[in-house]
Amino acid sequence: MKSHVLRPLYVVIGIIALVLIIRGFIVPKDFGVYDRGYMYSWYRKSNEDEWKAFKVKHRSSEYCKDCHTDKYSSIMQTPHAIIQCENCHDPAIDHPENPPKLSINKSREQCLRCHSYLPYPTSNRANIKAIDPDNHNPDIECVMCHNPHKPSLEGFKK
Amino acid sequence: MITRRDFIKYSLQGAAAIAIPALTIEILNPSKLFASKDTKKVRWGFLVDTQKCVGCGFCVRACKLENEVPYDANVSRTWVERYVVTKDGRVLTDSPKAARDGFTRNDPAGINIKKGDIEKAFFVPKLCNQCENPPCVQVCPVGATYQASDGVVLVDRKWCIGCGYCIMACPYGVRFFHPVYRTAEKCNFCYHRITKGMKTACVQACPFGARLIGNISDPNDEVGRIIRTERVTVLKDEYGTKPQVYYRGLSKEVR
Ligand code: SF4
Ligand code: SF4
Repeated sequence: MKSHVLRPLYVVIGIIALVLIIRGFIVPKDFGVYDRGYMYSWYRKSNEDEWKAFKVKHRSSEYCKDCHTDKYSSIMQTPHAIIQCENCHDPAIDHPENPPKLSINKSREQCLRCHSYLPYPTSNRANIKAIDPDNHNPDIECVMCHNPHKPSLEGFKK
Repeated sequence: MITRRDFIKYSLQGAAAIAIPALTIEILNPSKLFASKDTKKVRWGFLVDTQKCVGCGFCVRACKLENEVPYDANVSRTWVERYVVTKDGRVLTDSPKAARDGFTRNDPAGINIKKGDIEKAFFVPKLCNQCENPPCVQVCPVGATYQASDGVVLVDRKWCIGCGYCIMACPYGVRFFHPVYRTAEKCNFCYHRITKGMKTACVQACPFGARLIGNISDPNDEVGRIIRTERVTVLKDEYGTKPQVYYRGLSKEVR
């Protein structure tokens, strides 16, 4: 065949080859097919480690207990023992170094998450000690009367 | 006699002929396919108890803070749905702000229902099911969404091109675009925590034990034991995706 017919073909093949070669350099070595084959595990393996290295922010009450022993042991005597410190005080992250002081959520809304009465059968919500937010001292913060670390009124000192 | 011109030409052709297969066929190499197979088997699974959940939303709050999902954006990796079934057969559901602030009013979907009219009402936490046969992974054209050997479906932010196929393919609607990274986003069972032996942020934050996570291929695992021995359900079983988030006490109204 005459070369003027084949020449465009060579150009196309050349471009394809070039693209494939560049691709070979760009695609990382660990991008491949793993345990479950092409349909489910075709990926860059090192991404697993990138996700593992993501920063942990919530440290759990166990982390708080050594420095805040008094607070920890008092709340452990109450029904609020099941609540993580970080649910009201924000994630500890690198506390105490950074952030040195954690915020405290003292809002009425925070307490109403569980203690606003909802008449829901087939849900444990109906069994929690609860109030009607429209009639039980509306407009004042719950912490005015209740200490979240010792929520029963007997534990409340003026 | 070979000319200098021909010599260069043939050399280049020869080099290309060697280079192309070496650089491109690699991803098809079957010997690599099983090379990384992990022998100590881990399979992460999740258990949700709809009776125990009280709709406080601490889990959603913890998830957003832990996983850097913008707190006020209307997207979330996990959410809690409220179901109120009335005596006259209506089913009202809602999940305002993904239930980030909990449920404090008896106004499902903005409608006030009298206590006497309620047949049943409960809360259903939802999250990515880390399906055994994940359609989101099947459709991803670039291999950015993938399933790790422990069953968790992860999204590679460097490779995601934001085409949104996975968002369309997931029958559970658990995926969204991350407003900051602009890549596909979803729950990954707090991969940074479970791989360090910690609980997911939502499991840790839940005061009522409504959420549990475990290695279900471990015979001593509590979640695995409950799944094997008790009556549990999964969402949309008929799709064949084999979800690995199991529900206790799920009723037929939940979709
Ligand atoms: S629930 Fe949706 S996003 Fe999660 S693995 Fe299944 S298909 Fe993928
Ligand atoms: S923290 Fe637990 S009880 Fe509260 S909404 Fe979430 S799953 Fe339900």
